[in-house]
Amino acid sequence: MQFDVQANAVLLTPTLSVQGVKKVYETRNGSVEAVRNLTFDLQQGEFACLVGPSGSGKTTLLKCIAGLLKPTEGLVVLDGNRVDGPPEKMAVVFQEYGRSLFPWMTVEENVRLPLKSHGLKKTERDERVHRALEAVDLHNVGRSYPWQLSGGMQQRVAIARAIVSEPAVMLMDEPFAAVDAQTRADLEDLMRQVWRDIGMTILFVTHDIDESVYLGQRVIMLSSSPTVVQDDIAIDLPIERDQLTTRSHPQFTDLRGHVYEQIQIAKRGQAAPEPDGQV
Amino acid sequence: MKFLGKIGYTIGLPAVLLLGWWAYASIVPNFFVPPPGVVATAFLDVWVSERFLTDVLPSIARLLVGLGIAILLGSALGLTIGCVRWLRDVLEPVLEFIRAIPPTITIPVLLLLVGINDTMKITVIVLGSMWPVLLNTVEGVRAIDPVLSDTAQVYRIRGFARLWHLTVPSASPQIMAGVRQSLSLGLILMVISEMFAANEGLGFAIVQFQRTFAIPEMWSGIVLLGLIGIALSIVFQIVQTRVLAWYFGLREVSNAV
Repeated sequence: MQFDVQANAVLLTPTLSVQGVKKVYETRNGSVEAVRNLTFDLQQGEFACLVGPSGSGKTTLLKCIAGLLKPTEGLVVLDGNRVDGPPEKMAVVFQEYGRSLFPWMTVEENVRLPLKSHGLKKTERDERVHRALEAVDLHNVGRSYPWQLSGGMQQRVAIARAIVSEPAVMLMDEPFAAVDAQTRADLEDLMRQVWRDIGMTILFVTHDIDESVYLGQRVIMLSSSPTVVQDDIAIDLPIERDQLTTRSHPQFTDLRGHVYEQIQIAKRGQAAPEPDGQV
Repeated sequence: MKFLGKIGYTIGLPAVLLLGWWAYASIVPNFFVPPPGVVATAFLDVWVSERFLTDVLPSIARLLVGLGIAILLGSALGLTIGCVRWLRDVLEPVLEFIRAIPPTITIPVLLLLVGINDTMKITVIVLGSMWPVLLNTVEGVRAIDPVLSDTAQVYRIRGFARLWHLTVPSASPQIMAGVRQSLSLGLILMVISEMFAANEGLGFAIVQFQRTFAIPEMWSGIVLLGLIGIALSIVFQIVQTRVLAWYFGLREVSNAV
């Protein structure tokens, strides 16, 4: 099942379509353009990484896709329906795991949360929670509170919560930026595993070039503010990846070099004076 | 040994104060400050009797009913005002004004409007001790972490579920802080409401003892008030430890890091 993910991607219509999204924040000191004009499609089952220099509006874009923010212009389409509120088939993993898990709920209760609006039987709910925790290797800590766990484990809980309702699309906003390098490598491999097992579409936002190349089938690079798509490349590394061999693969080094170069160009673009007096 | 030490810390200062009181009353005899032994005897005579049923229980009942209504009403209004932005903007200046008015001043007004009865006394307690709960709840609702709020939205936790799983627990530390303040306010208002135009109750009894120069009896009433205050505070601590276990655990962990 996991090997025809790429083949499927070519045949099906896009799951997620971002069309000309622009977001301008109105502040007291005038308007700030966070995202200028972004257009890209994600195919069903695709694992795409979004990289861009800091301040390139990655989080803003993600919130627009998640239905948490209304784009000023343009639209987001999920499975043929326009997104104008958090869609049922979408899950989000935030960067601040410590603040996105409910501290008054146990791990199990946190993971069960998305199922509340699904109207499932209790046994079915328990079964799904159990499976989700199993998938992230956390079946022993269901009764603990999130704050009793390490950072890496807390982010696993957040991932379990995201997959429990079997979403079609999962958005991740720099989810591993705040954990140590070893934990991060483990979580990356976990995400590859979860993606292959469940076969959902993932949009993974990161500022880490290595991470984007290691994880994704595709890397979308953003320019710095005003934000447009700078480049969009396919990562044709083998589907079986591991931290040691994949990262020392010549192809990995080439791709990383390419992404790095594009990000540098994007950054230089920022240094140039803006025609419309952008802050 | 550790246990004994803890007890020593708890009762050490009260023991010293009692001793000081006793020494003062023995060295400088004063009709208005009887020694502790006399007050203790008066305490047993006065309160372990029918008076407990006629004066103490009605007072405590009014206090508990008043506090119960104040806490429920305060948190319900606080949650509503906190959740509805325009309501908050409209009401905030008015609430600050009403809160600034000393609650005791409502007594003469309520005497006229409600009359001399239990309803008046309970209303005084409710009107006075509701504010800390209400205003703290509004603050608590306002301080909900935006990431948690986004998370609830993403997982489509809305309406009543949002209130129950996000808003109430998130505001509960502040709500409890408000409840703590309202307990002591409620006790004060219970006594004061019984000092005006009353014919029973703890406050009435203390004033009556004072006017009839039954000084040890008056002091024993004050001691009883203190004991009621301590009892309220112990009950509060027990409830708080249960309700906010997650909060204290979380705080301990974040302080340790």
